[in-house]
Amino acid sequence: MSESIVSLIDVEKRFGSNLVVRKMSLEIQRGEFLTLLGPSGCGKTTTLRMIAGFEDATSGIIKVQGEQVEDKEPYQRDVNTVFQNYSLFPHMTVYDNVAYGLTIKKVPKEEIRRRVTEMLALVQLAGYDKRKPDALSGGQKQRVAIARALINNPKVLLLDEPLGALDLKLRKQMQIELKRLQKKLGITFVYVTHDQEEALTMSDRIAVMNAGILEQVGTPMEIYQYPKTRFVAGFIGESNLFDGTVKAVEGNLIQVETSAGLLTTCGQGFQPGEEMHVSIRPEHLEISREPAEGFALPGKIKDFTYMGTMVKTALDMADGSELKFSRFEHDSRLREGDPVYVFWRPEKSVPIKKSAT
Amino acid sequence: MSKRKSDSSTGRHRRRLPALATAGPVSVWMILFVTLPMLFIIYISFMSRGVFGDVVYTFSLNSYHTLLDSTYFKVISKSLEAALLTTVLCLALGYPFAYYIARKPPETASKLIMLIMIPFWTNSLMRLNSWLLLFQTSGPVNAFLQWTGITDHPVTFIYTDALVILGLITNMLPFAVLPLYSSIEKLENSLLEASSDLGATPGQTFLRVTLPLTFPGIFSAIILVFIPSLGIYTVSDILGGGKVLYIGNIIRNQFGSIRNWPLGAALSVLLLVITGLLIFIYTRFAKIEDMEVV
Repeated sequence: MSESIVSLIDVEKRFGSNLVVRKMSLEIQRGEFLTLLGPSGCGKTTTLRMIAGFEDATSGIIKVQGEQVEDKEPYQRDVNTVFQNYSLFPHMTVYDNVAYGLTIKKVPKEEIRRRVTEMLALVQLAGYDKRKPDALSGGQKQRVAIARALINNPKVLLLDEPLGALDLKLRKQMQIELKRLQKKLGITFVYVTHDQEEALTMSDRIAVMNAGILEQVGTPMEIYQYPKTRFVAGFIGESNLFDGTVKAVEGNLIQVETSAGLLTTCGQGFQPGEEMHVSIRPEHLEISREPAEGFALPGKIKDFTYMGTMVKTALDMADGSELKFSRFEHDSRLREGDPVYVFWRPEKSVPIKKSAT
Repeated sequence: MSKRKSDSSTGRHRRRLPALATAGPVSVWMILFVTLPMLFIIYISFMSRGVFGDVVYTFSLNSYHTLLDSTYFKVISKSLEAALLTTVLCLALGYPFAYYIARKPPETASKLIMLIMIPFWTNSLMRLNSWLLLFQTSGPVNAFLQWTGITDHPVTFIYTDALVILGLITNMLPFAVLPLYSSIEKLENSLLEASSDLGATPGQTFLRVTLPLTFPGIFSAIILVFIPSLGIYTVSDILGGGKVLYIGNIIRNQFGSIRNWPLGAALSVLLLVITGLLIFIYTRFAKIEDMEVV
């Protein structure tokens, strides 16, 4: 049983009349890489800032290592932050930036020198100590920001979209480096991003947020394969979503009536007449010339998009919706405008309860 | 932030590229109305005074000899002292105020700036004379002090050094607040958050982050307050009632009632040298590009 290092219990944050974080409860485990993922404005950064102490929670309890911290100032908390815009002190050298936390704590000069040198080597910036932040590239600034935070041996490192300003290639490289760094140091990382791919690549667990609500917490695989809400199914990866009503239940199989037609999914705890959602990934979708058993989803091939490793096919459905279908190889028998029937193996689709809100 | 950055870089461009086209009229203006009069003052300072207070154009170092008199040394050191005190107090008052304004939303900030500017726009003679009325023995300030029982007899405020300094401060405060405001306003809040995040108390953050990053504003404020308060004579004239003499008053008197232009010119040159020296020492510590406004 791993122990939690940060606990959020019923935390809410209100800006004026705007409720940006609603009744959020989350346990962050020691040593894990947890990502707060969601679209912009979902409350993920606010949540991070509440842990750091820059924002006061309107209500609820925040604990770091079992100790309540709501009334503590940021400088009294054993957490450090890597800011989105780096926020390096422009009037200090790289060395002084990294040494800042230790200097404040009045650590002996010799020890500071040793630790800063170590830390700069760790983020591959040895020899840059005399530079000013202005003379660094975006990636280098990011490394300095990480070193400046990590040198204090925080219980938790909070990262607020730290790679957002970097170009794609550098971002990919930094993702891997950050993940390795986290494993090596064993420090808990709480990482905020809106990039679901980044979240899937780096995280031990992902907490998906939307409109101030924590939608689902789980490993990247759980989140991807078993989304619990319609939002998560749509936000993580590509997905085809159906809204419908349960028509019949036979064992695990559930027949659902949707505006696009009849389909079958696989799950438990659903009653006939209940409204629900069904999610199916483009790679699990199948098409044929004849309707399959348990499905009545007629459509037409709209177009093909060649993606290098994949061919994506868009399908026009009877109700005007569009389905995404992808395969590694292009099936040369298919032509644009061909009428097809869509089906899938029911266990490949994910049944989702209609949420109360 | 990025917008401001690009603004300043285009500003730099403008200065470099069509240099002659834009600098031309300004140079003509500066030569006609600043450089030539200044050269003339320097020239006169080496001339002699005629019997009737006119300038006799024969070379003489008399005026500079007179300056060696200890009276002038006293006046100059007193003026420097007053200017220094004004500068320090303007900074001490202006910094917290500028900080307060800069942390307000822009609409509120511009209103508060207006509050600073309104007295600055009123005629200074009117303002200074109203100070006299306020602080005279039978004035409202004394009435208030006696009413509250802080003192049982009227306090003499007018024609004292203290009131002159107070007058200088009210006169100069906008020059301190505006550059301070502009540099504090540029300070990114996330830097203060970063400092706090790294364990610094608000006091440590102020000393290590806020203060160094607002040095440009402090530099400008010092120059903009110190130099004018060294030369200004209206404040000490009216609030000091001729009893409090600064170098500005002496210069004025030499050109005015006493009619010793060469001596007045020599004093002006001395003032020029002192301020020039101060600015020189100053630029040793501060990089020129750090000084906005100036």
